[in-house]
Amino acid sequence: MPNPASLGPPPLPPFRLGGDARREGVRALLRRAMARLEALDLPEPERARIELVLAEVLNNVALHAYGDRPGPCPIRLTCRPGIGNLAIGVCDSGHPMPNGRLPAGRPQQVNLPLADLPEGGFGWFLIRGLAEDLQYERRSGRNHLQFRLPLGRSG
Amino acid sequence: MVSKWAYASGDRNDPSGRVMHLSAQAKDRTCLVTAEEERLDAAAALAFKEAMRRLPETAGPIVLLDLSRVTFLDSSGLGALVAAMKALAPTRELRLAGLTPPVRKVFELTRMDQVFVLYESAEAALDACLD
Repeated sequence: MPNPASLGPPPLPPFRLGGDARREGVRALLRRAMARLEALDLPEPERARIELVLAEVLNNVALHAYGDRPGPCPIRLTCRPGIGNLAIGVCDSGHPMPNGRLPAGRPQQVNLPLADLPEGGFGWFLIRGLAEDLQYERRSGRNHLQFRLPLGRSG
Repeated sequence: MVSKWAYASGDRNDPSGRVMHLSAQAKDRTCLVTAEEERLDAAAALAFKEAMRRLPETAGPIVLLDLSRVTFLDSSGLGALVAAMKALAPTRELRLAGLTPPVRKVFELTRMDQVFVLYESAEAALDACLD
């Protein structure tokens, strides 16, 4: 399948989106980001993978970094399409990650009795499985998360 | 007879996903439930769980959830499906049908495809369940 990422410079300049996780909702922010990325004309599985990782990351910010904190919940999302990958940055001013580190995202056990099956904890496992070069920093009271999503690879 | 209902949750974190529409149809021992939304995500998870609790009293022991209209599932939506399966047990069993490719991918990545009974389509599921 032809992929623009392999044929030269990316057809989309870097862009930045600002939103509010509470007022606007993660869905709306995600919809705006995915609309911008349409210019990359990505194959559907790749597009779906990007949407999933962005959703997990943004939901984590909304549910954990801001959580029960009242008031505005600003999120800044930057996307930088490159050769063979899409570099993503997510910045928020919510609570820091527990222990100042990214969660391990270990696979959840599934061979368990029904009552013991996990109802959560899949998010970081999915992010770690699909994203590369994950970096987290707490700087000036803000969380900065950066990672790359591979483009133009099968699977 | 097809019954349709919706549940609106009060998730202040995402006003766009407060409502989950489900419709249900009794087919012998199976209650076919159709998720009438395109997204089963963090915003919709709570409303989905609540809507599933309001299944018709007459629902049979097999609750077959048709997900063929759902094109986006995230980890919260997946968690909501597990929660719904637990809530139906032990008298009723949740099975899933019609997973679209992006939804199936999430099941494969998390290995939840080993937990749920999955069918290609609602039709295939009903054939199998009626046998």
